[in-house]
Amino acid sequence: MDKSKGRFGTHGGQYIPETLMNAVIELEEAYNRYKDDPEFNRELTELFNEYAGRPSRLYYAEKMTKDLGGAKIYLKREDLNHTGAHKINNVLGQALLAKKMGKTRLIAETGAGQHGVATATAAALFGMECVVFMGEEDTKRQALNVYKMKLLGADVVAVKSGTATLKDAVSEAMREWTNRIEDTHYCLGSVMGPHPFPTIVRDFQAVISKEIKEQMLEKEGRLPDAVIACVGGGSNAIGSFYNFIEDKDVKLIGCEAAGRGINTKETAATLNTGRLGIFHGMKSYFCQDEYGQIAPVYSISAGLDYPGVGPEHAWLFDTKRAEYVGITDDEAVDAFEYLSRMEGIIPAIESSHAVAYAKKLAPTLDKDKIIVVTISGRGDKDCAAIAKYRGEDINE
Amino acid sequence: MSRIKKAFENGKAFIPFITAGYPDVETSEKNILSAIENGADLVEIGIPFSDPTAEGPVIQTANVEALKNGITTDKVFEMVKRLREKTEVPFVFMTYANVVFSYGMERFCSNAKEAGIDGIILPDVPFEEKDEFSEVMKKFDIDMISLIAPTSENRIAMIAAEAEGFIYIVSSLGVTGVRSKITTDIPTLVSQVKASAKVPCAIGFGISTPEQAKEMSRYADGVIVGSAIIKIISKYGVDSPKYVGEYVRSMKEAIR
Repeated sequence: MDKSKGRFGTHGGQYIPETLMNAVIELEEAYNRYKDDPEFNRELTELFNEYAGRPSRLYYAEKMTKDLGGAKIYLKREDLNHTGAHKINNVLGQALLAKKMGKTRLIAETGAGQHGVATATAAALFGMECVVFMGEEDTKRQALNVYKMKLLGADVVAVKSGTATLKDAVSEAMREWTNRIEDTHYCLGSVMGPHPFPTIVRDFQAVISKEIKEQMLEKEGRLPDAVIACVGGGSNAIGSFYNFIEDKDVKLIGCEAAGRGINTKETAATLNTGRLGIFHGMKSYFCQDEYGQIAPVYSISAGLDYPGVGPEHAWLFDTKRAEYVGITDDEAVDAFEYLSRMEGIIPAIESSHAVAYAKKLAPTLDKDKIIVVTISGRGDKDCAAIAKYRGEDINE
Repeated sequence: MSRIKKAFENGKAFIPFITAGYPDVETSEKNILSAIENGADLVEIGIPFSDPTAEGPVIQTANVEALKNGITTDKVFEMVKRLREKTEVPFVFMTYANVVFSYGMERFCSNAKEAGIDGIILPDVPFEEKDEFSEVMKKFDIDMISLIAPTSENRIAMIAAEAEGFIYIVSSLGVTGVRSKITTDIPTLVSQVKASAKVPCAIGFGISTPEQAKEMSRYADGVIVGSAIIKIISKYGVDSPKYVGEYVRSMKEAIR
């Protein structure tokens, strides 16, 4: 495997059609040229701060802490970013890079629609064309985000193939990229796909853990005992973990979508139920059958409804540096309502998976322990679906 | 001499692609035999994959339908074994990395060899990742077929030099599917490939008519057709072998 690039242990690599190889090589070369370029970083920091509203707050959830009666809980408020989620961090980085590369068109996949909205936003800002691929099932679950993308000037393509969810949106975006490479950058939304995407997306999201570290040192004078984030492809989680990987005393906990339970077929908990495979450009763990056919996974959360996980998470899992737990639909919905009432913060249903685990973990820890929960996005987009889950039709 | 090499000795080679198990195993088996009786020099047999990212809508649908109708990798091996008793025409599998990897690379190659497979095409395994697969295939004397695309440019010589069996030249950008026009500069692309290649090269993607096939065969050693055949199968279902046969005959005559 000497020629292979972008490995995290055995995971990663570049399993893509030959047609795309020069495109990813060009992207890697451009990224290596710009990532340490002071001018590029100055522009990106300005976009982060002036446009996206960074740094995001590290908020002490005092009421929640008291209610649970254990560890002190801080919330990393990525939901307060412009466009309402962590996705904007990666998108601004990639859009700026694409602009430097002379690309004039962005394409993207989206699950919950947050990455699609962020990409459409950056395209509007940079004056680029934008096409977003979204599973037809998800366009129904997340109709508001579809409207937002169109409002921002993007074309939204409803993908009908396969399970008509996130994995099919990724496949379709890849197909479109092979069709039109010259002027188009594929703005991949998570730490997945072929090298260099898992590295690029991680680096742009690593601002989350960089800030947590600085803010925690300022507020508490020490590092947290645990960092908790939800994992679909894994971008907000890797962003939250990255600058703590070398700090072995900080526990890193990823929360996967268990759907109706990891012992059922209706789950998307890849690390808890999947097996090593090769798909969407990378070697990693995937939910699949005995013949390697990718499983039709399920979660209430469109953003976590994906049968694979980024290769760096697979490696953190193998080396036991991070722990990955499954959170069911029921637990996530309870946490969605809990944080809304307890702190007046409506979290995205994806982020609610992390909140759900914090609810379980905090009471088991002493009061002098500190945990950080990344609220990757805000929950406005989920209100109609959660209402429906509770048997209420709010007719969005 | 290897069976693949022989396929290129009867004038320009005509290479049909047929999805195993579409619409059912029996019909796909008959379609492969019908193609061979009508002049196919080598047959590309598709093992269906749930998420075929290099395929256009026609072959995507065939993959999904075949899986729905119960095809599995083991059933494909059995089908090839039965076909091998009747013909010496070379067979190459066309499938995706995970189908091979997940089955267990050694086990897959051993079963494929035993069934009578001569080569394997994995469109999601580029040059940089191929050793992991080709080293195991080599042990079982199976050729790993390399693909070269219109965007390969500076990569052509490197890929061609290590290619085994034959080289699959991708005629166009994008995914598989019928195209009314192929805009790539094929003569230049093929001559670049031939400058470094030690094996024959065949062109695929977008070819459907005898005229297109004839034009492509002026430059390459063979022509690969997939979606146009799958369209016929989808139209005629269990009655398709007759029509597939007629189509293959017209294509082989055009390039002979």
